[in-house]
Amino acid sequence: MSEKQEKASAYWKENLRYLVILLAIWFGVSYGAGILFKDALNSIKMGGFKLGFWFAQQGSIYVFVILIFVYVRLMNKLDKKYGYDVD
Amino acid sequence: MSDVQIWTYVLVALTFGLYIGIAIWSRAGSTKEFYVAGGGVSPLANGMATAADWMSAASFISMAGIISFAGYDGAVYLMGWTGGYVLLALLLAPYLRKFGKFTVPDFIGERYYSKTARVVAVICALIVSFTYVAGQMRGVGIVFSRYLEVDINTGVIIGMVIVLFYAVLGGMKGITYTQVAQYCVLIFAFMVPAIFISIQMTGNPIPQLGFGGTLSDGSGTYLLDKLDGLSTELGFAEYTNGSKSLIDVFAITFALMVGTAGLPHVIVRFFTVKRVKDARKSAGLALLFIAILYTTAPAVAVFARTNLIETVSEKEYADMPQWFKNWETTGLIGHDDKNGDGVIQYVANPEINELKVDRDIMVLANPEIANLPAWVIGLIAAGGLAAALSTAAGLLLVISSSVSHDLIKNVIKPDISERGELWAARGSAAVAVVIAGLFGIYPPGFVAAVVALAFGLAAASFFPAIILGIFYKKMNSKGAIAGMIVGISLMLFYMLKFKFGIFDGGKTAVAGLKDSWWFGISPEGFGTIAMLVNFMVSLVVNGFTEEPPEEVQEIVENIRIPSGAGEASSH
Repeated sequence: MSEKQEKASAYWKENLRYLVILLAIWFGVSYGAGILFKDALNSIKMGGFKLGFWFAQQGSIYVFVILIFVYVRLMNKLDKKYGYDVD
Repeated sequence: MSDVQIWTYVLVALTFGLYIGIAIWSRAGSTKEFYVAGGGVSPLANGMATAADWMSAASFISMAGIISFAGYDGAVYLMGWTGGYVLLALLLAPYLRKFGKFTVPDFIGERYYSKTARVVAVICALIVSFTYVAGQMRGVGIVFSRYLEVDINTGVIIGMVIVLFYAVLGGMKGITYTQVAQYCVLIFAFMVPAIFISIQMTGNPIPQLGFGGTLSDGSGTYLLDKLDGLSTELGFAEYTNGSKSLIDVFAITFALMVGTAGLPHVIVRFFTVKRVKDARKSAGLALLFIAILYTTAPAVAVFARTNLIETVSEKEYADMPQWFKNWETTGLIGHDDKNGDGVIQYVANPEINELKVDRDIMVLANPEIANLPAWVIGLIAAGGLAAALSTAAGLLLVISSSVSHDLIKNVIKPDISERGELWAARGSAAVAVVIAGLFGIYPPGFVAAVVALAFGLAAASFFPAIILGIFYKKMNSKGAIAGMIVGISLMLFYMLKFKFGIFDGGKTAVAGLKDSWWFGISPEGFGTIAMLVNFMVSLVVNGFTEEPPEEVQEIVENIRIPSGAGEASSH
């Protein structure tokens, strides 16, 4: 494998690691907190919100937005590290 | 003419004038401008345009109403239609931008080195986009007829002329900049009444917080507790607890998320930015702009439902406020005094219930219910039209580019000139507008039902082919084609069987078929299953057929690296 290819595959591996972590959170807030564990979380109240209901109708959406911006930051850094940030 | 009507005319005319002005300013001069707005759209503008493209008449007019009657279950739409952007941003947008082509069938055709794959993708794109666009034109007609008292068909024709004008003239470039304006109009129109009502009911100007707060009547009761109480008192399910089964909630949410990520008119927006990092960033901005409406809608749902119950339940019909009478004439709300006591009984039991209420009224009549000034009511009409027109335009562009670029330029007549292709694109956009308009004027009974299913179709066809194309470089054409065909056919079959009852004696049989749903999953959620089947078929067929050529595997390696994205090109 050439040096160029090695660099590319190291970049790709780091990228995949980010994807796995971020998608695990994505799954956790929506399908976990908002659906599967909704009933258990509903016994906790945050102001007038039952927590499971809040995750399903509010919280998961906020987390989605944050996840994408975290991804943008991580990838911009990663691009820089591997010198892929210049066109 | 009433104050409300004058305001509505003024606001609608102003916004339409704005859209036309933008269209003239941003005419497309080349196919590249027509298909991808020249590839130089800023992430901020692309984020707004994507948000407007995405939020249709259904998001603006119907969603809050659906949630207010579904309670917790409404979360399937809230999470389903936002969570898909995470998939888009992380798994699709950056790589498709790097690939640098004009359309989704472009990617499928080149990645799978096959004209057949391209044609299958074109057919899938046309099925998905036409089912979706028909509902939009109908939405335009309905807004016109309710607020401006013109005939629905006249409304559809006015909408057609406007869209025709800027989509045909400006292509993606015209559409992008009108969508930016349309986003501003629709979000303003949605937020203003929501903020007013939040202040009235809870004293909190932020609706997202207000609906978790206490009522402003001094009782100290939480609004949601009150609504839960009212709902159970009247025999409905507790608002914060749904009535759908867990597996169905799961499947519908998943199908909507994956479908969102597979919708061609959304994906194509990420071809319009300059660099890979802009594609990532604009996906984040798009979701941020969408989230403003999507986190407000559940608050509006709670305000409107509580208001409705308090206004009508066990009250004298003769004492109903003016808005009730106004909307009674449109047939969106009605009272049938079954026991002849002159009092409105609004309960879950259909034998006793006397109130008929259309869910759309929750947004459309909301400003009147809350006694807001006339200009706010006029704003709702302008916002609804902006939402419907922006989505329709985005879909029409996908339809026209599928025909002119993927069929004519790449399959039928490869030697067509740049000028010829541009005119072919304009021509097919015009034809598509007319067909969409006809769907709006003569709605085949299935339109409304099918719009939600467009997601299932996109999930079952495009999503696996694109994901495998990027993340599995040994994926070959035979596997991908087999997967797309089996996936979309299975989804169509399930829809026809369980949504339309085609094999069991028609619409009337649909309710009775509920018990035989596969795995207890509704047609809306079946896209999840069809998508999994697509993945399996693709991988199995791939395992028994030859590897893709070396140069294709190199293309895949290349799209994984963000640098050197260059400009979108047709060669």
